[in-house]
Amino acid sequence: MTTTQLLIMISLIVLGTAITRFLPFILFPAGRKTPEYVQYLGRVLPGAAIGMLLVYCLKAVNVLAFPYGLPELIALACVILLHLWQRQVLLSIAAGTIVYMLLLIFVF
Amino acid sequence: MSRRDEHILAAKAAFPHTIPILTGFLFLGIAYGILMNVSGFHPIYPILMSIVVFSGTAQFIAVNLLVGSFDPLGAFLLMLMTGARHIFYGISMLEKYKVFGLKKYYLIYTLCDETFSINCTIDAPAGVNKELFMTYVSFFDQLYWVVGTAIGALFGTLVEFNVEGLDFVMTALIAVLFLEQLLKEKNYLQSFIGVGCAVLCLVIFGAEGFLVPAMLMILAVLTFIHKKEESAGKTV
Repeated sequence: MTTTQLLIMISLIVLGTAITRFLPFILFPAGRKTPEYVQYLGRVLPGAAIGMLLVYCLKAVNVLAFPYGLPELIALACVILLHLWQRQVLLSIAAGTIVYMLLLIFVF
Repeated sequence: MSRRDEHILAAKAAFPHTIPILTGFLFLGIAYGILMNVSGFHPIYPILMSIVVFSGTAQFIAVNLLVGSFDPLGAFLLMLMTGARHIFYGISMLEKYKVFGLKKYYLIYTLCDETFSINCTIDAPAGVNKELFMTYVSFFDQLYWVVGTAIGALFGTLVEFNVEGLDFVMTALIAVLFLEQLLKEKNYLQSFIGVGCAVLCLVIFGAEGFLVPAMLMILAVLTFIHKKEESAGKTV
C-alpha cells in the first residue's frame, strides 16, 4: 500500500473503533431523559460485560489438550482466594501473575 | 483547593489503581511495537496507531489489515465488530460519564476494556474530584500503552526478553474487578449471565467469532428478565 492508502486505512480503523465508543453517548445524550430500558441496561450491563471480558481474556485457553487450562485455573484460584482473604487489589493481581509465570516456567 | 492541587490529588489517587495496567500495557505495547516493526512499518505507524486507536484488540487485528491489500470498507466493518463490546461499556458508563466539556470526549475516546473495568468498579476516594480521577485513569492507561508501543517499535528488536506469562496480569486484573463487582452488587445474576453466555458462545462459535453472538445473547437474556420483572411489577 502507498502511504496515502495506509493513512486512509488507519483513518477508517480509527473511525470504526471511535463509533463503537461514542454511539451510546450520541444515542442517549446527557441532556435528555434516557429510556427506562436503557437505564436498566446501564445498571445490569457492568457485571455482565466484565463477566464476558473475563471469558474473553481466557478465550485462547484449550481445556481439551495439555495442560488443560490448569495454569490459568490454579493462578485464578490464587487470585480469588487471596482477594477474598485480603481484598488488596494489587496484591491479588501480582500474586496471581507471579504464580502463573512460575507455573509456566517450572511445571508446565 | 487550587486547580493544580486538585489535579495532583486526583492523579495520586488514580495512579495506584492503574499499576496492573502499567505492567500489562507496557508488556503488550512492546509486543505490539515489535510486531509492527517486524511487519515492516516505520516506528511512527505503531506509535500513531496507539495514540489514535488505543485498543489492543483492534490494533493487533489491524496489523493484518495494514499488511494486506487496500480495503478500507472491510477494515471499517471489522473494527465495528471487534469494537462492538465498547457499546456495552458506553451504556454502562452513561451515568458516570455525565461530565461536561472536553474531559467527556476524552473519557469516551479512551474507553477500553481495562479503563472501563476500573472506572466502572472503583469510585474516587472521598475528597477527590470524581471526573479528574476517571480522566487520570484513562490518561495513565493511554500513556502506558503509547510508551510501551514506542519502546517496542524503536528498540524491540535490539533486546531479547523472556517474560512468558506476563500478559496474565490483564486476566488477573479483570478477575479481581469481576470479584469486586460481585462483592459490590450483591446481585450475582447479571455477572453470571455474562460469563455463561460468553462461555456458551465460545464453545459454539470458537475464539475468533464469539464476542458478537455472546453480546446479543446477553442482551436477549437481560431483556427477557427485565420484561418478566416488569410484568411481575417490580424493578431492579
